Amino acid sequence: MIRTQSFVAATLAAAMLGAGCGMANAADEIVLGAAVSLTGKYSVNGKNTQDGYNLAVKVINDKGGVKVGDKQYRLKVVYYDDESTSARGAQLVERLIDQDHVNFILGPYSSALTKAIAPITEKYRVPMVEGNGADRGLFTQGYKYMFAVLNTSDYYLRAAVNILAEEAKKAGRDPKSIKIAIAIENDNFSQDVRDGIVEDAKKYGMQIVVDDKLPADLNDMTATLTKVKALKPDALMISGHEKGAVLGIRQVAQQKVYVPMLALTHCDSAQITEKFGKESDYAFCGSQWDASLTYTDPWFGNSKNYAEMFKKTYNYEPPYQAAESTASVEVFADAIARAGSLDRDKVRDALAKTDLMTFYGPVKFDETGKNVAKSMVMYQVQKEDYVVVAPSKWATAKPIYPAPSWAQRESGTKVGQK
Amino acid sequence: MSNLEVLASAPILVVQLVVNGILVGAIFALVAYGMALVWGVMNIINVAQGELVMVGGYAVFYLDRAGVHPWLGIPIAAVAMYVFGLLLYRGVIRRLVDRDMFVSILATFGISILLQQLANQLFGADIRTLSTNLPSLSFAEGHVSIASIRIVAFAAAVLVGVALVVFLHRSRMGRAIRATAQNARAARVLGIDTDSVYATTFALNCAICGAAGGIVAMTWFVQPYLGLTYTLRSFMIVIAAGLGNLPGVIVAGSGLGVLEEFAGFVLGAEYQTAFIFIVLVALLVGRNLVLARQRKYLA
Repeated sequence: MIRTQSFVAATLAAAMLGAGCGMANAADEIVLGAAVSLTGKYSVNGKNTQDGYNLAVKVINDKGGVKVGDKQYRLKVVYYDDESTSARGAQLVERLIDQDHVNFILGPYSSALTKAIAPITEKYRVPMVEGNGADRGLFTQGYKYMFAVLNTSDYYLRAAVNILAEEAKKAGRDPKSIKIAIAIENDNFSQDVRDGIVEDAKKYGMQIVVDDKLPADLNDMTATLTKVKALKPDALMISGHEKGAVLGIRQVAQQKVYVPMLALTHCDSAQITEKFGKESDYAFCGSQWDASLTYTDPWFGNSKNYAEMFKKTYNYEPPYQAAESTASVEVFADAIARAGSLDRDKVRDALAKTDLMTFYGPVKFDETGKNVAKSMVMYQVQKEDYVVVAPSKWATAKPIYPAPSWAQRESGTKVGQK
Repeated sequence: MSNLEVLASAPILVVQLVVNGILVGAIFALVAYGMALVWGVMNIINVAQGELVMVGGYAVFYLDRAGVHPWLGIPIAAVAMYVFGLLLYRGVIRRLVDRDMFVSILATFGISILLQQLANQLFGADIRTLSTNLPSLSFAEGHVSIASIRIVAFAAAVLVGVALVVFLHRSRMGRAIRATAQNARAARVLGIDTDSVYATTFALNCAICGAAGGIVAMTWFVQPYLGLTYTLRSFMIVIAAGLGNLPGVIVAGSGLGVLEEFAGFVLGAEYQTAFIFIVLVALLVGRNLVLARQRKYLA
């Protein structure tokens, strides 16, 4: 039944596309399957993911599609709703592969769902490119058919440690004298973020003076902050998804905890500038992508062009989840063209050799499927607005470090403004 | 330098921890009042207590969005929650009063899940905050900082506690509530409408939770899943204070809060919650031993 339905649907779609473009021959199709979270707790980001995929398919098809050998193919995505549930996601991907006979798989939203789906794509040896599962644990399983365009979660705040080291050298301080305080929510993602910080800090010989792991049900970090106040570290790094960002900014301001650098994750999704205004100033935030980046690719131009295109099509600013989804489709288009065939193993090998520049950033996979060419973007909130301060090549402003003291902030003293 | 040494070398930090502990504990004590009331009078452990706080928080948040200042929003939310409590009582709670505790726990657990998921559907899972625009007070050259909202919360907790005690001892309904708590059948025989007593008690609990929710939104944040924390803590405080000991609730609340701050500072945040539970267990065991010696047993 399903096979007949999807066959009929595919034919109709191909016919319509062919008629719409006025091409002489009906275009051949590459079908990508995707289980995304259209309902449930990940639904907001699931929609971002779907919109990212759709925009990529539209633009790539409009620009001629994918050239395989000497034929032009059009891309098409078949979606199912995984309801933000891992079990359902795995079931649906199995169905996409086994019953709907899609050519390749696009990743879901979230590390949890990606973890559930990866064994399936591995079992059926179907290449999957994903842009929304950042957990390091995904890359330690020896998967050969999974490729991720985003940076793994341990990279979120490594740039902050590097900024600290650079600023220390500039000020003539030995990086070994730098003290870092870490407060994370005790979940997988934040633990990875912490591990990244600790690894880079060890590289420079910096000391970790506070290393608190807040239980998930704890909504108050005053005990940790009192410790931070007492030990006077050079940086406080907090990771706890949106809750961590909100608590971090609010309680640091309430308790007047002064740290020269406050670094967080999930600032933009927690909307700290809207919620806290001036109190969010000088905070550093890790992010996968920003619309001001000037990486370019032939499909979308640079990130600003992408953001404009996205906004025109979907009426909202693209978050990084959409950008990385679009990049995933671009990676497939490039790999399939290089493989010159739709054979899954050939495409898999072509993916492994990817060396592609996209508006989202450079993509090059190591043997575990991680993208090792892209760097995380580090924002800083300056005058209640996010500006990119790292990597320095793409920065639009210099980082303000150290942050002005609370007394200076209250009196409105302008410190180091560009 | 270990954390204990840090504490010893800077005694002013002890002040900060104690102050934080008392103030944070007071907010939990506020929620615990309602828990104690419902438990003492109706013998129902309200597992949905935290979710009621969450609903109150959202009410104040959306009132603020609609232009009503939180200071006005909190009393309005409390009244709205009172009505909500009456409805909830008529719908569900009424059937739980004479049943055994397992049934009431199960039913209120169901209500808690329902409220959580409804909130997630209606309001989304994003974290919402209310800004207070109140300054932070600093003492001792900035070593001790207190957010003014916490002092307000503490004052509210004390006020509600006092008001509750006065209400229970001076008003007719209050006396009816106490009578029903002592012996429901006798109260009925003497002409007290126990059904309306129960309704009032539960509605009062919801109103207190509603007000607490608004304060929570201003001090921290509100999101659909914050309920469990408050349910657990209010449960612990009621146990620590002992059932029926209303003035003891705020003392127990603040005490637990202080212990928690010290545990977080010295042992690390990951042990904060665990430590409190260990203290609670020790408290119960100790109390039982003392009472056993005196040939009294826990009610």
